This record gives sequence, C-alpha cells and structure tokens, in this order.
Amino acid sequence: MKPAPFSYVRPMTVEEALFALAQQGDEAKVLAGGQSLIAMMNLRLLKPRCLVDINRVAALDYIRQDNGTLAIGALTRQSAAETSPLVLQHCPLMTEAIQYIAHRPIRNRGTVGGNLAHADPTSELPAVAVATDATFVVRSANGQRTILAADFFVGHLTTALRPDELLTEVRVPPWRPAGQGWSFMEVSPRKGDYALVGVAATLQVKDGACQAARLVYNGVAGRAQRVPEAERALVGRNADEAAFREAASIASQRVDPHSDFHATAAYRRDLVNTLTRRALAQALARCGKRSA
Amino acid sequence: MEQEKVTVTVNGLRYERLVEPRRLLCDFIRQDLGLPGTHVGCEHGVCGMCTVLVNGQTARSCLMFAVQADGASITTVEGVGTPSKMHPLQQAFWEKHGLQCGFCTPAMLVTALELLNHNPTPSRDEIREAISSNLCRCTGYQTIVDSVEHAATLMRGGV
Repeated sequence: MKPAPFSYVRPMTVEEALFALAQQGDEAKVLAGGQSLIAMMNLRLLKPRCLVDINRVAALDYIRQDNGTLAIGALTRQSAAETSPLVLQHCPLMTEAIQYIAHRPIRNRGTVGGNLAHADPTSELPAVAVATDATFVVRSANGQRTILAADFFVGHLTTALRPDELLTEVRVPPWRPAGQGWSFMEVSPRKGDYALVGVAATLQVKDGACQAARLVYNGVAGRAQRVPEAERALVGRNADEAAFREAASIASQRVDPHSDFHATAAYRRDLVNTLTRRALAQALARCGKRSA
Repeated sequence: MEQEKVTVTVNGLRYERLVEPRRLLCDFIRQDLGLPGTHVGCEHGVCGMCTVLVNGQTARSCLMFAVQADGASITTVEGVGTPSKMHPLQQAFWEKHGLQCGFCTPAMLVTALELLNHNPTPSRDEIREAISSNLCRCTGYQTIVDSVEHAATLMRGGV
C-alpha cells in the first residue's frame, strides 16, 4: 500500500526541529532513517498528520569521545557506527550488535537514534544501551534532560520521550578495558530477520573471578530486559563453565517470553539458556582484549 | 494537494519534479521519471527489489520519500550498463545464469555493485552476506553467488 497524506517539514537545525515538534504536538512523528516508520506508514499502521524530517540536521550526525565517554549523535547512520573505529574502541558490544540489524541497505539509512526511539522489543541497540548504562540526551523547545537507558524504554514501542521531545545524543560511559569482556549473540529465523532472542553480555574478571556481569536480552519481553538474578549468580564465582551454566539456567527461568508464529515461549527460553552460556564464554575469552 | 519540488540526478541526468510528500522514491523513479527497471515488491523493506544507490550507498527506495532525495545522486539498474555496453556484472549474470525470471535482478546488480565498489575480491561468504538483503525465488542463490564472483574476476581484468 501507499502512505496516507501528511504535511512535511524539513528543519535544518535542532532548534527548527524542536520548534516544529512544539507546534505540531502529538500530530507529528520524527522521520529519521525511516526504516521502520515508512514501512508502518506504507502498511497504514501509522497515519501521522505531519512528518518532521531531521535528515538535514547535520549537527546530529557525529561520533565523538570525551574522556572515554562515547557520544553518538542521534542521526548517525547504523552503517557509520558499525564501521566506526571510535565505536569499536569504546563500545565493541555495539559494533558487534549492529551487524545483526537487518541488512546493509537498511543500516545505510537507519539511524542509531531512530532505532532506540522506535524501541522495538526485538531490537539489538536497546539491549546494548541498557547493558552499558548508556544515557540519552533529550531536547525540547523547553530545555534538555538526560534519561538513563533503563528508564528510557517503557514497553513495546514505547519510550519516556514526550511528543515534543527529540532524542539528540546517546552517551556510553567509559569502557573499562582491563579484564572486561563482551559478547552480543542472537538467533533469528533467517539472517537479518527480527530476533527470536538476543543477548548483550559483559563480564569483568580479575584473577579468574567474576567481578561484575551484565545480561540483557532482546526479544523476550516488551522491552530490553536485564536479569539481575543471573548477573548476581556470577559475581564472586570463578569465571568458568559451571558458573555460566548456572547463570544461564537462572536467566532462562526468570524471563517470561511469548509464543508466536515463529517460536514457542519454551523455545525462546531454551535460546536464552544456550545463548547466555555461549555469550559468557565468548566474553570470558575476550577479557583483557580491547576489541576482537 | 501540497506539493514539494524535488531535484535529483539519476544515472547522471538531472530531473526536476513536483511531488506530494507521500510519494515513495520507488514510485517516483518508476512513474514520474519513467525508469521501470527498479522493481517494487513488498513495499515494507523486506524483499529488497526496490534497492537503488543513493549517493553511492544501497537504500530501499520504498522506505524513502522522493522529497528526501532532493539534491541526491541516484543510480538505478538503467545506469549500471546498456544492452550494447554491459557492465561486467551484467555480463557475469548472463554467463553464469544468475537469473531466471529476472524480477530480482536489477536489485541484485545494484547490491553487488556496492559490494564490489568496497571489496573487489569478496569471498563467497561475503557475497552471500551482501545479497542476503534481497530475495530471489528462482535461482536458489547459488548462480547469483557464482555471477558476482565471476564479475569480480572480470572487473580485475581476468576472464
């Protein structure tokens, strides 16, 4: 099908975009990469009255680092982040996760900010953002605020963004290279399809013992889901297969995935178990390396 | 109906048109510019048939509005080669039977072009990864992988 008619605004600056959003209120949608939005409009699942196209707001397209904090402008294309040496150095978990987002033509257009603001529960970047304690810089005509990733994702396609707000930047706190490992793994029906289950794992090991761990899943709930019980099972233990098995078992019991056309809840639970074990083993192997 | 002016360069030629904002880039290319080589399948970004190069990068033309392409340079299959002067990719698809019905071929050529522009010596796995964005219901993909591999050889001056 074809999209329903809409009015079109093309701001050149962040201020112009914020002004347009303030004027239009919840009648407007922000058009970034459009790789989910336009598909939903073509299917007439969405009929926004107005699109605020931020693709010409060049000031939102950047990747920087400041004292180890990685700052990614919301309009950064996923393919640019995928190949960025700065992202690889400061958040290799993101580099790995982006390779699971659809296909290259989609990543050429799709943006980091648009992916996060869309908040698809099967999407990879929300899991990465929660696993790395990323913060989101959000602006409106009235000012600016920052939101922790864990608070940003509210539920299925729902975030803490208000209709007049624009996500402008994602900040990933400094990566601690010494003894920190990472892994992103995912299973989907076909390459590039929506995930059945994905896991973003980080692991910090000193003298063979787990100091800290993060386990965050996409595809098992309405939003990226962290499982602290499984993380706690690792802390203080020897980083070995037995500990990983126990954490994986706990994670698979704590998640409450749904059944659908593609997989049953039981299968998704089994994937959580298997992917957790594999991801932790890979994270351990990478401990102490900056990037793989 | 509100209309916007769009100026684009497609296959080296400059076009100027007035379009509704909701005009998809694929329909703009096919209907407003009369270039039907770019095909339209699913219209929601899954099948890959409408893939074109926008400023040298592959993009789904069903997931862009024509107004967004204002100022852009676009390459469609009509710009890849002509019957009398085929691109090595087209020659290779012909020689290696990289098509049967031909519906996916324009997008496969454009997608392979991006790959070979970045990577003149792709492995078969890298070729599979690149074309995984496009569906083909005839060939089973093997002959398409053969074709792209052969094109890479031709473009390096081999036979």
